[in-house]
Amino acid sequence: MGPLILSRAAGLVVALVAASVLIFVVVNVLPGDPASVILGTAATPGALAQLRQQLGLDQPAWVRYLEWVGGMLHGDFGISPISRIPVGPEILQKLTVSAPLALGGTLVALVVAIPLGALAGIRHRRPSGVVISALSLGGMAVPAFWAGLLLISLFAVRLQLVPSGGFVPWSQDPLGSLTSLALPCLALGLVQGAVLTRYVRSAVIDVQRQDFMRTARAQGLSRWQALVRHGFRNAAIPVVTVLGIQLTSLIVGAVVIENVFDLPGLGLLLFQAVGNRDLVTVQDLVMLLTAAVLVVNLVVDLSYRLLDPRIRAR
Amino acid sequence: MRRRLPPSLLAGGVLVALVVLVAVVATIWTPRNPTQVDVVRRLSGIGQNGFLLGSDQLGRDELSLLMAGARTTLLVGVVTVVIAVAVGVPLGGLAALFGGALEEAVMRVSDVLLAFPALVLAILFAAVFRPGTVTAMAAIGIAFVPSFARVVRGAGLQVMEQDYVTVARGWGSGPLRLMVRHLLPNVGSVIIVQATVAFAIAILAEASLSYLGLGTTPGTPSWGLMLAEAQTYLAQAPLLGVWPGLCIGLSVLGFSLLGDGIRDLLDPRLVERMAQT
Amino acid sequence: MSAPALEVRGLQVLVGETEAVRGVDFTLEQGARTGLIGESGSGKTLTALAVMDLLPDGLVARGEIWYRGRDLLRLSERERSRLRGDRLTMVFQEPLSALDPLMRVGDQVAEPLRLHRRLSRTEARARARELLERVQLPDPVERLRAYPHQLSGGQRQRVMIAMAVACSPDILIADEPTTALDVTVQAEILALLERLVREEGTTLLLITHDLAIVSQVCDQVLVMYGGRIVEAGPTAEVFSHPRHPYTLALLEAIPPIDQQLPNGRLTQIPGAVPGLGEFPSGCPFRTRCLRETSCCSTMPEMAGTSHPVACWHPLS
Repeated sequence: MGPLILSRAAGLVVALVAASVLIFVVVNVLPGDPASVILGTAATPGALAQLRQQLGLDQPAWVRYLEWVGGMLHGDFGISPISRIPVGPEILQKLTVSAPLALGGTLVALVVAIPLGALAGIRHRRPSGVVISALSLGGMAVPAFWAGLLLISLFAVRLQLVPSGGFVPWSQDPLGSLTSLALPCLALGLVQGAVLTRYVRSAVIDVQRQDFMRTARAQGLSRWQALVRHGFRNAAIPVVTVLGIQLTSLIVGAVVIENVFDLPGLGLLLFQAVGNRDLVTVQDLVMLLTAAVLVVNLVVDLSYRLLDPRIRAR
Repeated sequence: MRRRLPPSLLAGGVLVALVVLVAVVATIWTPRNPTQVDVVRRLSGIGQNGFLLGSDQLGRDELSLLMAGARTTLLVGVVTVVIAVAVGVPLGGLAALFGGALEEAVMRVSDVLLAFPALVLAILFAAVFRPGTVTAMAAIGIAFVPSFARVVRGAGLQVMEQDYVTVARGWGSGPLRLMVRHLLPNVGSVIIVQATVAFAIAILAEASLSYLGLGTTPGTPSWGLMLAEAQTYLAQAPLLGVWPGLCIGLSVLGFSLLGDGIRDLLDPRLVERMAQT
Repeated sequence: MSAPALEVRGLQVLVGETEAVRGVDFTLEQGARTGLIGESGSGKTLTALAVMDLLPDGLVARGEIWYRGRDLLRLSERERSRLRGDRLTMVFQEPLSALDPLMRVGDQVAEPLRLHRRLSRTEARARARELLERVQLPDPVERLRAYPHQLSGGQRQRVMIAMAVACSPDILIADEPTTALDVTVQAEILALLERLVREEGTTLLLITHDLAIVSQVCDQVLVMYGGRIVEAGPTAEVFSHPRHPYTLALLEAIPPIDQQLPNGRLTQIPGAVPGLGEFPSGCPFRTRCLRETSCCSTMPEMAGTSHPVACWHPLS
C-alpha cells in the first residue's frame, strides 16, 4: 500500500502540473493579449499599458507561469485586475459557502442513494424496486439547476418556507445560513443521489448473484443477514469506484447551483469573474476546481483499494 | 430464438425520434413565430390568448419557443459529438495501432483533459473567448475527446489481438488499411454507444451554460435560457419554469436510454469491455 | 434399523411452468454415504438446493422432505435457516467464488459457530483453528488471518469443508466438491471428506458426474436423468449389474484403466442431454435409448426393492 500511495501521489503532482500548464496556455497564450481581453475593445492605450505592467506581460510566458504557480503554492493567488482585491482571501471567504454546500449535497446524495438503491436492488423484481429504479432514471436526466428552480418554485415562492436565494453569513445568523443552504443542498444532492441510486442498485443485484452469498446462506444466515454480513461490504466496492465521477459532477453542479440560488460561493465568483473578464480570478478558480477533482479522485481510488484485500496486497 | 428488443432501446428510440421530429418540424413550421414579441399579452396562461402553452415575459409563444429550442439542442449535441468523434476516434485508433510513445502520449494527454469536466472547460473558454454557442460547442466537444480516444483505444487493442488482424499484418497490410478495414468496423459499436452517452451529457452541459448566460445568446431560442428567464417570474408563471426543464429531461433521458439499449442489443460483453478502458 | 436421516417424497422443482425435477423419491439412511450421479442438466444440483432451501429466486420446490419427523418444505423460513449450516450443511463446487473475498478465512469458518452455537469471538476463533487443523490446512494459525484469494483452490475447499463440519451436522451435501480442482488435489480432498463423515457418522450425499468417485466413497448410489431418479441401489450392485440402459451407458463411457477396450474405443451415449423442458414424454431417456419401444412413451415407475429401476426394458 505504501509504494502505491507514493506512486499515486506522484501521478497527482504530474496531473496538477499538466492541468496548470493547460489552463495557463488557454488563458494567457491563446487569446494573444490578456490585457485587451480583460479591458475589452474600448480600453484606452494608457489603461492597457498599465494593466500589462500589473500583469507582468512584459516578461516571457514561462516566467509568468512559474510566478503564478509559485505564488499559489505560497497562498498568493494574485490580485484581481477588476476589483483590485487579492484573490486568495476572497477564495477562502467564498469557501465558507461552497464547502458546506458540496458537503451537504454529498450527504443528501448518500442518504438518498444508499437505502433506496439497496432496497431497489433487493426488490428488483418487485413493484417497489421497479418504481425506485424508474424514479432514479428520471432523476438522472434532470439538470441540477432545474431541480433547484423547481424547489424554489415550490418551497420559496408557493409555500414561502425558505428564502428563494441569497445567503445569511455564518457570523450573523448560523441558523439562517443553514436555512439558506437547505434548498441548494437538496437540489444538488437529489440529482446526484438519483445517479448513485442506480449504481448502488446494480451493485446489490450483482452481489446477490455471487456464489459466496449462497455459501453464507448455507451457513444458516437468512437472506437479509447474508446481505448485511457479506453482501453490502462487497457491493460497496463497485459503488466506491464510481464515487469519484459522482463527486466530480457534484463539484461542477455546485458551481451552477450557486448561481441558481444566488449563493456567494466559488461558483458565483467564477461566474462573475467570467462576466467581468477577470482572467486572474478565472485562472485561479479553474485551477482550484481541477485540483479538487483530481484530489477527490485520488482519495476515492485509494480508499477503494483499501476496501479490497485482493488489490491491497499488490 | 429471436432476441427481444431491450425496452430501453424502444423507449429511448421513441423519445429521441420525438425530439428529432419536433426539431425538424420547427425548422419549417411553429404555431407562431417564436421570436415575435407581444408585450401586451405577456405571461398568458395555458390556452389564453391563443397561446397553447401560454406566453413568456415578452409575450412570445412558449410552445413555439420550446419547438425551436429542440433545434438548438440537437445542433449543439450533433456538433459536439462530431468534434469529439473526429478528433478522439483517430487518436484512439492510432494509439491502438502503433502503441509505444504515441499511445503513451495520447493516453497521458487524455488523462489531463479528463480532469476538466465539460462544463468547467466551457466556462474557461467563455471567459477567454466570446461566450456563445460556438465557444460552448467547441469546449464541450474537446472535453469529450479523451473519453472517445480511450474507449476506441481499449476496444482497438482487443481487435489488434485477433488472429485475423495478425494475418492481415502478415500479408503486409499498412496501418491505414488496418485502421479502415479492421479496426474501425469493429469498434463501431463502442463508438455508437459512447456517442449516445456523450449526446446526453452535451445536452445537459449546453442547458447549464445557456442558463448561466454563457451558452446560447439571447434571441436564439434555448431551453436553458428560457429557464433562466423564467426564474424571475416564478411567482406569476410557475409553469414557465417547468416546460423547458421537462424538454431537457426527456431529451437527456431519451439519449441515455438509447445508449443503454444499443449497448444491450449489440453486445452484452460490451459492458465489460467498456468498463476495462 | 434406525429411522432414515432424510426421506424425500415426490420432490418437484419448478422453473416457472417447467418441471426441472420431476417427482423424486429417495431415502438417505443414517450414516450412509450416497452418491447422486448423472450428466449435467439432470437435476442433481437443484435436488440438493431444494433440500437445503437454497434454490435461486423464482424456483419453487414441491413435495415432501422428511427430516426427524418434520417435513422441511412445511417449515417457516426461520426454522429452515436454523437447520441450515447446523444440522444440514453443504459444500459447493466452486471454491474460488464460494468464499467471501473480503472476509478473513477465520471469521468465515467461525460464522456457523457464532450463529448456531452462540460462541463468543474468542471461543469461535479457537474452535476455527481446531477445525482448520482437522481439515489439515498447513499453518492453521496463520491461515485464520488470510483472505480467500491468498489460498490455493484445494486449500479453499478445505476451508469450505471446515465450515460444513463445524457444527457436526447430521447430513452433509457435497456438490461436485472436487470437479474444479487439480487431479492430485481431488484425491486428497475426497479422502478428507470421507474420513470426516466416517468419524462423525455424518450422512453424506455426494453429487458428482464422476462414477469413479462414487465407487470409492459411496455405499449407495442414485442415478438421475431428466429430473427423475431412474435407478437406485448399493453401489457395488448397481455398478456391476446396471439395470437401466442409461446407467449402463454411463458406465461404458468410463475409460477402463486395466483392460483393453473391447473394440478399441469408448462407447458414447448417442445424442445430447435435452434442454430444460425439452425431454420427451414418458421415459426421459427413450430418445437416446437403443431399447426404446412404444410402451416407453408412458413413464415407468421405480420397481424393485433393494435395487429398483424405472425402465420398461431393464437389463437383467
